[in-house]
Amino acid sequence: MRSASAILRFFRSEPFAVIGGAIYGAIVLVAIFADGLAPYPPKAILRVGARVARYLPMSADHWLGTTSSGRDVLSQLIWGTRAALAVGLTAAVAVVAIGTVLGLLSGYLGGWVDKIITWFADIVLGLPFLPSMLVLASLTRPGTLVVILSVAGLLWPNTARVIRAQVLSLRERAWVEAARVTGCSTGRIMFVHVLPQVLPLAALYGSVAIGWAILAEASASFLGFGDPDTMSWGVMLQEAYANQALSRGAWNWFAPPGAALMAMVLAGFLISRGSEKLLFPKLAEQ
Amino acid sequence: MTALIDATGLEKIFRSRGRDVAAVADVSLSVGAGEALGIVGESGCGKTTTARMLLRLEDPTAGRIIFDGTDITTLRGAALLKFRAQAQLVFQNPFDALNPRFTIRRALAEPLNNFGVPVSEHAERIDAVLHRVRLTPPAAWLDRRPHELSGGQLQRVVLARALIPGPKLIVADEPVSMLDVSVRAGILNLLREARDALGLAAVYISHDLALIRYVCERTMVMYLGRVVEEGPTKELIAKPAHPYTRALVAAVPVPHVTQDRAQLPIRGSLSDAASVGGCAFRGRCPHAMKICTDQAPPLRSITPTRQVACHLEGAML
Repeated sequence: MRSASAILRFFRSEPFAVIGGAIYGAIVLVAIFADGLAPYPPKAILRVGARVARYLPMSADHWLGTTSSGRDVLSQLIWGTRAALAVGLTAAVAVVAIGTVLGLLSGYLGGWVDKIITWFADIVLGLPFLPSMLVLASLTRPGTLVVILSVAGLLWPNTARVIRAQVLSLRERAWVEAARVTGCSTGRIMFVHVLPQVLPLAALYGSVAIGWAILAEASASFLGFGDPDTMSWGVMLQEAYANQALSRGAWNWFAPPGAALMAMVLAGFLISRGSEKLLFPKLAEQ
Repeated sequence: MTALIDATGLEKIFRSRGRDVAAVADVSLSVGAGEALGIVGESGCGKTTTARMLLRLEDPTAGRIIFDGTDITTLRGAALLKFRAQAQLVFQNPFDALNPRFTIRRALAEPLNNFGVPVSEHAERIDAVLHRVRLTPPAAWLDRRPHELSGGQLQRVVLARALIPGPKLIVADEPVSMLDVSVRAGILNLLREARDALGLAAVYISHDLALIRYVCERTMVMYLGRVVEEGPTKELIAKPAHPYTRALVAAVPVPHVTQDRAQLPIRGSLSDAASVGGCAFRGRCPHAMKICTDQAPPLRSITPTRQVACHLEGAML
């Protein structure tokens, strides 16, 4: 009960986080109920009489019009949330898991373990994000898995660094030493005593990673390295681009997926900005 | 006398910015079952490092520690775990010594789990230890978390956590310095009761001679990582031999402003300490002689029970 009211108070004092949370919430709901919400199947080629319903403008039947091949834009947009969330959440969980475990090992164990992990993280941080992902995708089979793997493989150092710094300060606390005296193994101290203390921070980095992952998936799809069978916002943008939607002035086709992407990434940013105050109250005071 | 813990020639060298700093040099001590030894000295004299080495929280760079007949200097794994169950620590700052997320029940059950006490015995042992530290009725405390308790209550939990594995040795590092004066005596009495009832050996670390006099039969005075004087507490305070001990005794606050106080027979501060060769205290010593620069004074016996590391002779001591 107490934590529920604390969360409520936090939301009242942090309007940015509330907006971010609301956007996430809306997108999650849309993804869950995509079947019911989408007025048409996303890949169905619609017809008006005998003719394919190409480039229809916005109307009561098609709120966001149709594409060059006669598909309903709104339905594609709604189905796209599923792909976005699937990629975003999986990649974020992977980033947080890898980053947290490596940061924990590095910070708590120190010595050569710390040296190797820090060294490796520095190298990965030096890699440019998009080119590295494209190289990876072109060397393997393009698809969602490659996107998730590259997001996880390229973004973990950010999380790992922050967790490491946090662990370095936590390990000096007396209750960590108390755990040693009372017979806790190193693994138990790391995962039972220290890990729960850094999880909120890890979750924060996860929320940023969701945005990154969705953007990465869209970029990969836009450049033709995505999974062509998945209906995602990136695939929509790529099709619109390939069919010269911009020069045709078919705003109703490419603006919605672009706006959805922006909203999603913005939501991650807003939430992380809001939780900063929760996690680092001293910084907020200054 | 067979001591419970017997340390010889303990040394700890920390590497700091490429320089070797000896935090503890050639410290030997022994504590028998039921006996209490006090280690006093100012900040940075190595008393905490010595205590940490006794508990194997810090590995000594030289020296040997025999505990209950076993050499524990290099124990690892299961053998170290067995030692940990027998040597426990009471922390200085009770507000930081308990995991803030653990309930009291979990904080007390954890050592039992770690030391392989069957789960069926947990409830009974937790109940008994909470009675021992006077947190009664135990049921009222079990589901609380550290932030709900006061400093004195927390220190009782810390003490309970140290007692619950059934140790033979308790090391208390400034056990009451973070507590309100009003609850200090309560905690010290609990510690003494527990020691008497269970026959525990104890090492008290403190900068407070008044506390040491209250709880320890024997006292060791450390200065810059070395033992400068050792002996029965009463004698040591009544007739301090080493110039540094004299200064410590003279520095104890007295409750009457009108009472005469000896002038502090000491000069300068810790930073005036001589670093290389000779007696470490010579830079601040009112009796420094030529030999103090040339030669470090060894710890020698002046009575059958007292030892001092000073070049002064006879009546000067």
